[in-house]
Amino acid sequence: MAEEGTKALSVLYCGVCTFPPEYCEFGGTLTKCKEWLKEEHLDVFNELYSEDSLAKATEGLSLEAQEKVEREIQKLQAKEANKAEKELKKKLASKVVVKRVERSKRKHVIAVSGVEVFGIDPKKLAKTFASKFATGASVTKNAEGKDELVIQGDVGDEVEEYVTSLLEEKGLDGIKVERTEDKPKKKSQQ
Amino acid sequence: MFKKFTAKEDIHSRTNVKSSVQRGLKTKLVNQFPKLEEVIDEIIPKKGQLIVVKCTDRLSLYTMENEVLFLQRFDDPFIPSLRLVHKYPTYFPSVKVDRGAIKFILSGANIMCPGLTSKGASLPEENYPVGTVVAIFAEGKDTALAVGKMAMSLDDVKKVNKGIGIEVETHIGDGLWSLDLD
Repeated sequence: MAEEGTKALSVLYCGVCTFPPEYCEFGGTLTKCKEWLKEEHLDVFNELYSEDSLAKATEGLSLEAQEKVEREIQKLQAKEANKAEKELKKKLASKVVVKRVERSKRKHVIAVSGVEVFGIDPKKLAKTFASKFATGASVTKNAEGKDELVIQGDVGDEVEEYVTSLLEEKGLDGIKVERTEDKPKKKSQQ
Repeated sequence: MFKKFTAKEDIHSRTNVKSSVQRGLKTKLVNQFPKLEEVIDEIIPKKGQLIVVKCTDRLSLYTMENEVLFLQRFDDPFIPSLRLVHKYPTYFPSVKVDRGAIKFILSGANIMCPGLTSKGASLPEENYPVGTVVAIFAEGKDTALAVGKMAMSLDDVKKVNKGIGIEVETHIGDGLWSLDLD
C-alpha cells in the first residue's frame, strides 16, 4: 500500500520466520534466521547481533535469569527443529496419486489425491486444471474423507507432468507421482 | 485469540464494501484513533476497494489488496492489524512492556500488570480507559509485537499492579499474522 510521500514506514520481515528480525530470537528458528539476515541485510544483521547490542539486551537481567532464558530458548529451538524435520519426513514419505477412473467405455476421469500435504491448495489446482484443459475440475471428498481432485477427461499424462513440475518448483523433486487405474468391475459377459 | 485460525475453516464470506459505507468506516476509525486523521487517506485511499472478510465468532476483517487492515468483533472498537501498526506505529496509543514479557506474549498470553510497570517497561502519562485499543511495544525493540485491549484502565494498572492489564488480541506469529488471504 505504501506509496509516494507516505508516512508509512516500511518494515523488514525475516524471510524465514516472517517476524521482524528483532523478534527472530523468540521464533525458534534463530540460527536459520541469522543466516538469512546475514545474507540479505548485512547492515541490519550487524546492528542486531553485534556484541554491544547483545550486552545491552541482557544487561537488566541477572546472570541466572539470563541462563534460564537462554536454556528455554534453546529448548524451543530444538523443538522447532524437530517439528520441521518431522514434517519433511512426512512430506518425503507421502506421494501424489493420479488415478484414472473409467466412466464408460471410452470416457475417463482423473482423480488426484495427496497434493495438500505439499502445500498445494486443491481448490486452486482444480481451477488451473479446469482452465488448462477446458474441462470440469472439482474438489470432492473421497471414500476416506480426504480431499480429492476430480478432472473430467483423460488427461492423466498432462496432470502428472504439471504436478511434477509444480513440486519441483517447490524444491520437492523426488516426490513420487503415482499412476493407477481403476476400472469398474466388468459386467458379466453375455 | 488467533491461536487456531485457518483461512479454510474460519473464513465464511468475503464481500466488497460499498464506497458510502467505506466513507462511514473512515470517520469511525478517525473517531476512535484521532491521530489517524492525517494518514487515513493513505491507509484507505478513496479509490481503493475494501473487502470485508467475515469469520467465525462474528469477527470481521477489513482488508485491502489481500492485507488485513483492521479487525472488528461484532460492534466492538476496531483493532488495527499488526502489519498496519508496523507501518504507522506512532498513530496509535501505545504501551511498552519489559523484555521478560515478550516470550509470553508471543506464545499468546495476556499481559499482566507487572510486565507493564517494571523497570524496562514504560507507560504513557495520560490515562487509557478500559477497552482502549493499544499497540504493544517491547523494551529494546522498535517494532510492535502485539495489539491488545486494556482490561483495566491505565491508572488502575499503575495502582493495583496485579492481574491482567491488557488482553492481547493479536501478536506476531499467530494465526492472523500468518493468514494468507490469497
